[in-house]
Amino acid sequence: MKDFILPDDRDFGTPRSRATETVTLEIDGFPVTVPAGTSVMRAAAEAGISVPKLCASDNLDAFGSCRLCLVEIEGRAGTPASCTTPVTPGMKVRTQTPKLKQLRRGVMELYISDHPLDCLTCAANGDCELQDMAGAVGLRDVRYEAVENHFTPRNAGGDLNPQWMAKDESNPYFTYDPSKCIVCSRCVRACEEVQGTFALTIEGRGFDSRVSAGMASDSFLTSDCVSCGACVQACPTATLQEKSIIEIGTPERAVVTTCAYCGVGCSFKAEMRGDELVRMVPYKGGKANRGHSCVKGRFAYGYAAHKDRILKPMVRESIHDPWQEVTWDEALGFAARRLKAIQEKHGRQSVGVITSSRCTNEETYLVQKLTRAVFRNNNTDTCARVCHSPTGYGLGQTFGTSAGTQDFDSVEAADVVMVIGANPTDGHPVFASRLKKRLRKGAKLIVVDPRRIDLVKSPHIAAAHHLALRPGTNVAVVTAMAHVIVTEGLVDEKFVRERCDWDEFQDFAEFAADPRHAPEAIESLTGVPAAELRAAARLYATGGNAAIYYGLGVTEHSQGSTTVIGIANLAMLTGNIGRPGVGVNPLRGQNNVQGSCDMGSFPHELPGYRHVKSDAAREVFERLWGVEIDPEPGLRIPNMLDAAVEGTFKGLYCQGEDILQSDPDTRHVAAGLAAMECVIVHDLFLNETANYAHVFLPGSSFLEKDGTFTNAERRINRVRKVMAPKNGFADWEVTQMLANALGAGWGYTHPSQIMDEIAATTPSFAGVSYERLEEAGSIQWPCNEEHPLGTPLMHVEGFVRGRGKLIRTEYVATDEKTGPRFPLLLTTGRILSQYNVGAQTRRTANSVWHPEDVLEIHPHDAEVRGVAEGDWVRLASRAGETTLRARLTDRVSPGVVYTTFHHPTTQANVITTDFSDWATNCPEYKVTAVQVAPSNGPSDWQEDYRAQAELARRILPAAE
Amino acid sequence: MRLDEAEVHARVDDILDAHEGLEGPLLPILHAVQDAFGHVPLDSLPRIAARLNLSRAEVHGVMSFYHDFRTRPHGRHVLKLCRAEACQAMGGDRLAEATQARLGIGWHQTTADGGVTLEPVFCLGLCACAPAALVDGRVVGRVDEARLERILEEVRA
Repeated sequence: MKDFILPDDRDFGTPRSRATETVTLEIDGFPVTVPAGTSVMRAAAEAGISVPKLCASDNLDAFGSCRLCLVEIEGRAGTPASCTTPVTPGMKVRTQTPKLKQLRRGVMELYISDHPLDCLTCAANGDCELQDMAGAVGLRDVRYEAVENHFTPRNAGGDLNPQWMAKDESNPYFTYDPSKCIVCSRCVRACEEVQGTFALTIEGRGFDSRVSAGMASDSFLTSDCVSCGACVQACPTATLQEKSIIEIGTPERAVVTTCAYCGVGCSFKAEMRGDELVRMVPYKGGKANRGHSCVKGRFAYGYAAHKDRILKPMVRESIHDPWQEVTWDEALGFAARRLKAIQEKHGRQSVGVITSSRCTNEETYLVQKLTRAVFRNNNTDTCARVCHSPTGYGLGQTFGTSAGTQDFDSVEAADVVMVIGANPTDGHPVFASRLKKRLRKGAKLIVVDPRRIDLVKSPHIAAAHHLALRPGTNVAVVTAMAHVIVTEGLVDEKFVRERCDWDEFQDFAEFAADPRHAPEAIESLTGVPAAELRAAARLYATGGNAAIYYGLGVTEHSQGSTTVIGIANLAMLTGNIGRPGVGVNPLRGQNNVQGSCDMGSFPHELPGYRHVKSDAAREVFERLWGVEIDPEPGLRIPNMLDAAVEGTFKGLYCQGEDILQSDPDTRHVAAGLAAMECVIVHDLFLNETANYAHVFLPGSSFLEKDGTFTNAERRINRVRKVMAPKNGFADWEVTQMLANALGAGWGYTHPSQIMDEIAATTPSFAGVSYERLEEAGSIQWPCNEEHPLGTPLMHVEGFVRGRGKLIRTEYVATDEKTGPRFPLLLTTGRILSQYNVGAQTRRTANSVWHPEDVLEIHPHDAEVRGVAEGDWVRLASRAGETTLRARLTDRVSPGVVYTTFHHPTTQANVITTDFSDWATNCPEYKVTAVQVAPSNGPSDWQEDYRAQAELARRILPAAE
Repeated sequence: MRLDEAEVHARVDDILDAHEGLEGPLLPILHAVQDAFGHVPLDSLPRIAARLNLSRAEVHGVMSFYHDFRTRPHGRHVLKLCRAEACQAMGGDRLAEATQARLGIGWHQTTADGGVTLEPVFCLGLCACAPAALVDGRVVGRVDEARLERILEEVRA
């Protein structure tokens, strides 16, 4: 066993059996009791006996091809493979007999006869299962000399060996070296069973068998491969090998930590050599990802060491000056002086903070504490404003908590899954793989999305219903589904009577039953065929355990909160709440967007979603912090910007968020920032917002600090420091230094102390501590006296708010309407390989998959505009215009266009408007009326912007 | 002859339509495509995959498993010589060498004029009449020099 393999990370050979009855058998004389259906191999592993194996792995179904795991079973003829033989009561198994030893050596000899013996210079040296097994079976010589082999480029006569194939190095992160392959099929099976992409196959047969990505004309890069890394992880040899291992060597230790990309919150082993990160490998013990990963978390960590990263603090008098590198003291002193001066001149409310959904809970907590306890106002907001604030509002109103109801494991028990306004294969890939696995086992899928996303149809899965609605008509569709459920008698009356308020239900039922909500009545509005909608509603209501997963396609609308309420209504009407396999699950965008909301980032809420107007809630913090807390809610991001333009808001501390690129109506954001006197950007890079900043405080990456992230299933996962901060300080230390420069006198020496403060002040976190996290691995809040082990499923006995509240969901069309000038509807989204504004992923090799944002347009809309594939087009709305290249595809319906917002040169948010959700101000990113026209190149705005950005990014070195 | 992509797609689509609803459709479809084009054009694989909701890798895996599915058109005639044990014992090696020399090609190759493709085959079930050959699907037993001559005359005609 390698030193860098964690002790609890063994491979048991075959998956765990879920049976409840047990079987007792005897292995090598030891009695073993395991669940029925367990393989002999796994039973042996659980008894501590490792049967030699090459093609088996406990995340893959048994395959029985390597013939190394043979055992003898008393009373049975021959030597069955232990991986494919289930246990039976009283079975007597021998795993090591003279006959088995001889057979295994014979099998190994055959493997080795067609394998190069270059172990010392091989990238897998020390981390090779073939090597381990040769040792395990006691292979001492190889009697066979291959006449033909796969591994020498030339044969004995010096001629080219037709069997030899060159390495495929097309993938930026790993190589495929056919000469090392033993054709165990683990990679192919991992791609199929774990990832669900089916990009790999074994081509040919017999001696000609090869692993092939795609078909004969494909490389790994051109195949369907999504670079999730499952095949690389599965490979027992150096055939599929991370390039980082080839360059650096094997790691010497592993530290379990949490990915800093999306809201799935995958656990990874950061495998280290010294303070160099060698590779990230998904951790089997991670309860969100269960040992799987995607291209971002697995490979796209290079940004943390990118040359663009700023490691020294910088200041400048005005945003027209070049940056000046200074010491930390100078930078913090400069910032503190300016902020103080602003507050003295313009009042207490003239400064504020933006917390980061990318930083830890502890860091977020400190930033909101900075504004509440030091600035003495509630001017704090976070990027959840622009993504899932309607989730907080909608689920809070209906259920009583602003978070998803399930854990990710729950999808394994779902019979019907409805995905609304989410694109999990791109946005939440590891969850998508888990969902696809369930779909391949027979669960039914309903997709509600204007685009034909990959889930609608891809190898071995297909949606039963795809409701391709017009952007902006979510509420009409969801209400029509409720209409079908109510009028066709599909309501789970028992559930509603027991769990919800009956009067509110009757009021809602009367509303929903109105014929104007019938699918037929809204068909012309939504573009969804009535029969299809009715069938989908029936399936959701009657198909067994039905779960809803939704994303920003639900929330980022003028009626985002209404749709969330509508979704909650559907779950309550059909009783799909409070047990495994059901529920309402927002797919949260960022690693810690749940946590940043929990930590009191919103201007009206203290940590734990307690309103600032609540005297009791304020008192808790006032007593601990020794200051009086402002009882009036502070400014939201858009209000801050409006106030800045008006001249009443002058100073902003923005941690780990690029509001200029990510927030809607870029010009307005730029104008607001430009009007401020002290913008402090605390980030890894000189992001777009930093073009308008006066102070730049270098940030630390997730590899460089301790803390916790809370994922979409409310799971608090530990983030562990694997290297010293390259900039000198973890982000929580920087915030503390800024607070102390303003006279706060904070004295935290470790993030665990901040968590203790959170636990002491916030009821839903009362039982959380670093010790408990260390023991349990992770905890899903609420975790308190009532739920000492945390809460995987919410609302099991009753709703948090008492009785579930059904609320009318009247459809109100957005003011953003198409017309003669802007006849198309733009909707925005993202893509697998890039993450949000791309500050990280654009600084990795992930850009080979997505070098620029493109505009998806239906061939019909393109043809009438004279636009061909790859043409530059001008995309204009009433807010602004930009240019990008067109991609013709029928994934979008006629009348709808689609793009991503990963690249600052495109600035898709120049186009988006200032309309927002009625309840929470969440911007309406998903609907913008636009026009598309052929173009010659970048727009004036893009040119001006580039010039300004270039000027704003000049850096003068520190004075000697 | 290069096949027109649009034509390939249209004919493959017709074949896919004709096999709609069939259980275990991939092999019959591949046979039908090979019958239509004389080989299975690369372009057709993603189309077949999309219709059957498979990945193109899977279709490639199945197709490449079977030697008789061809990626390129064969010659006007196909000559297969048995390479299995019984035929080797009865002079199959010599026959194979003579045939390759006379045609000027190796295994799996086609003569420059596109006339003949030479393939090895493992057992035609005609061991009693070894060495055996298959000429455009017709079995020929006891292939001696004279028979080989007649076969070559036939396929070169």
